[in-house]
Amino acid sequence: MSGIAFDIAHLLAGGLVLVSFMMIYQDRLYALLNVFALHAVVLAAAVAWQAHIQAAEHLYLTAAIALVFKAIVIPGALHRIIRRLGIHRTVEQVVGSGLTMLAGMGLVALSVVLMLGITANSDAIAREDLAFALSVVLLGLLMMVTRRNAVSQVVGFMSLENGLILAAAGARGMPLVVEISVAFSVLIAFIVIGIFLFRIRERFDTVDVVALDNFRGERR
Amino acid sequence: MVELAALSALSLVMLSLGAVAWGGGARISGLVYGLSALACLGPGAAGIAILGGVPPQMLTLPVGLPWIGAHLRLDALSAVFLILIAIGGAAASVYAIGYGRHESAPERVVPFFPAFIGAMTLVVLADDAFSFLVCWEVMSLLSWALVLAHHRAPEVRSAAYLYLVMAAFGTMALLLAFGLLAGGNGAYAFSAIRTASRPDSVAVAVLALVLVGAGSKAGLAPLHVWLPQAHPAAPSHVSALMSGVMTKVAVYAFIRVAFDLVGPLPWWISPALLMLGASTAVLGILNAMMADDMKRLLAYSTIENIGVIFAALGLALAFRANGMTAPAALALTAALFHAFNHMTFKSLLFMGAGAVLTATGRRDLDGLGGLIHRMPVTSVLTLIGVTAISALPPLNGFASEWLLFQSILLSPGLPQLGLQIIVPAAGGLLALAAALAAAAFVRLYGVGFLGRSRSDAARDAREVDRCMLVAMTGLGSLCVLAGIVPAFVLDALAPAVDQLTANRLPQQMAEPWLTLIPVAEARSTYNPLLVFAFIAIAASASALAMHRFGSRALRRGPAWDCGFPEPSPATQYGAASFAQPIRRVLGSQILRASETVDMPPPGDPRPARHRVTMHDVIWERLYLSVARGVVYVSARLNGLQFLTIRVYLSLVMGSLVGLLLAVALWH
Repeated sequence: MSGIAFDIAHLLAGGLVLVSFMMIYQDRLYALLNVFALHAVVLAAAVAWQAHIQAAEHLYLTAAIALVFKAIVIPGALHRIIRRLGIHRTVEQVVGSGLTMLAGMGLVALSVVLMLGITANSDAIAREDLAFALSVVLLGLLMMVTRRNAVSQVVGFMSLENGLILAAAGARGMPLVVEISVAFSVLIAFIVIGIFLFRIRERFDTVDVVALDNFRGERR
Repeated sequence: MVELAALSALSLVMLSLGAVAWGGGARISGLVYGLSALACLGPGAAGIAILGGVPPQMLTLPVGLPWIGAHLRLDALSAVFLILIAIGGAAASVYAIGYGRHESAPERVVPFFPAFIGAMTLVVLADDAFSFLVCWEVMSLLSWALVLAHHRAPEVRSAAYLYLVMAAFGTMALLLAFGLLAGGNGAYAFSAIRTASRPDSVAVAVLALVLVGAGSKAGLAPLHVWLPQAHPAAPSHVSALMSGVMTKVAVYAFIRVAFDLVGPLPWWISPALLMLGASTAVLGILNAMMADDMKRLLAYSTIENIGVIFAALGLALAFRANGMTAPAALALTAALFHAFNHMTFKSLLFMGAGAVLTATGRRDLDGLGGLIHRMPVTSVLTLIGVTAISALPPLNGFASEWLLFQSILLSPGLPQLGLQIIVPAAGGLLALAAALAAAAFVRLYGVGFLGRSRSDAARDAREVDRCMLVAMTGLGSLCVLAGIVPAFVLDALAPAVDQLTANRLPQQMAEPWLTLIPVAEARSTYNPLLVFAFIAIAASASALAMHRFGSRALRRGPAWDCGFPEPSPATQYGAASFAQPIRRVLGSQILRASETVDMPPPGDPRPARHRVTMHDVIWERLYLSVARGVVYVSARLNGLQFLTIRVYLSLVMGSLVGLLLAVALWH
């Protein structure tokens, strides 16, 4: 394994974690979507680099799927949804972004410690990839937890999915059919969630999930 | 032979399916019961052949888990219990041909009945943990369905619910026990479990789990609470089968694991088992003494007999752990013999109670009385059962309890001081239980069958039909035969005892005049034939003398009414009055019985009242507090149902991070 290949893989995976952090402190939905598109672009680059150094052609397809769907189609569609719902100015976070960033750092530290501990005798690239992928997954989860708006929760879910794809690309020998089915499941999840957003909006005039909670007769 | 037994079990299951296909109504109930009695002949014949000297046989069926299959094996121990199931099942089936005609909801009983017998047969045949547990659970569920036959009554529903909970709990304990037995490699075949070696701690844990699993099915205190509710709730032929046979299947499960599969056990678990059995016996019979419902009384008495059997098994374990094989063989023989005897007389008594229920529609003792005039055959047969269960010579109950006490008398030979003290103490408890059993059944028979009728229903009772009487006669003659010729039964049990303790009783049939000599002639002998002849001659001679010289002519006069000239039958001794002395002596502590007398002052016309309140201490202290704990925890956790989406996500994330942290710290 040449040093430069490892360094670039490391750079791209680390970049993905960095973009995840950028998503956490975005206040506006449009900005959030742009950062999410950037996230998908970095993911596509990381996967393509893995395809290059592993000489696995089918990973190029994965990278292409990530680029087309996650960087272009889904952010574009979400843009349209936001415009049609007229919620482009609303953002509300449950806890302040500073605190969320601190929690995110803790999660990254945890996943690095954990992954480096338990994969001590495997391939260096796979180790780094897995540690970063777990960080991305945890950060996506953190984003879902700390946002109140349904659209930002969808974005959190999608970025979590990106972490899974990064992990899958790092682990050698994942069959193509699994990647394609993951890609399709993401697409279907996106469609279902999109439809749900409109249904929620029709019924409650908002996509703030607090309205759902109020509807169930609960107090916060 | 094992093929014959398996085929019979299969045909019983098919019979159930056929009954379902035919609608299971009253039209086919006689046919189904008749066929199921016939199908019981198969396992019986197979068991007799094995005890007659045919070597153990195995059979692997290509069903069940892949790569494992279902293993069946028929050895001497299985054969003993196979015969027991066959006799009990056949008798209950024949009885049900008649009893089923009066059934209000036959379609809820007929389809489950044959399969229940078939499942019990398969439990004793199973030779790997998987098939054992599956058959065990099928047996539990089918019996639960049978208990629930008269589901409109709320007490039946609550009894069935309690039974279901206890059965699930017991199966869980058995599942864990077999998991421990199989070890990390998952060797679930009994042959692999038998050869594996395991440390003492694992063996003791297995024994404790099996005690919970089998004990909850058999009715060992404190897991007995479901039994006096569920056994009476079922139709009487099912009660006979559950009390007489299914509890024996649980005893089989315990013997199979404790004596065969788990290997050597340390001696210090036997006193626990012994005291558990003895206190179960006393607790069961004390409750039976107080019960007013005939079938409930019989169910409590089942608990007593199970206690006796488990005490004998504990004694056998104590002897075996010390390498004293001959006394161990004696105690195990006593346990197996008592299990067989209990099947005969408890089935007989439940059938008698069912006959009374058919004839009068009542089973409360205070509504019966005088049945000996109305139902003479049932009364005589019940008298045989009552005498046998009270352990009176020359019937079979005496023979097995005598053997048990003979083995208790061998306890001074044990090397441990603790056992030397505890075994005679347990013997004292068992003797108390035996005496109380006699009192309880004198009460049952005296109040229920003798005296004057306490209700119109009892006065107008009619003798039941032939099928029921034939089944009861068969079991009654078994009680008499096994009582007079116990030597034959003991010799038949010898191969099974030999298989488990590597020793056996000396051959008893070889002794002259059918004398029983369990240890040595100088020590103790029992000649049932002689006792029988003595009782018969002395009783007929005194009856003759009394009628010849005491009362020359037959006179009819009013029955003695304790000096009260009131003609109402309510002035007779009742069930509660009969129980009062023992309730006052023993019940005040164990049952927390208290009496209040409400005596109106002179001039007040309202009647005086005498009230008795009793508490089931185990139920109130143990079960109700567990139930309260479960309700408390569920009420706390109920809040989890109504959280917001974000909080659910946070819970998911929190648990994920927590698990990751645990992994990180662990590394």
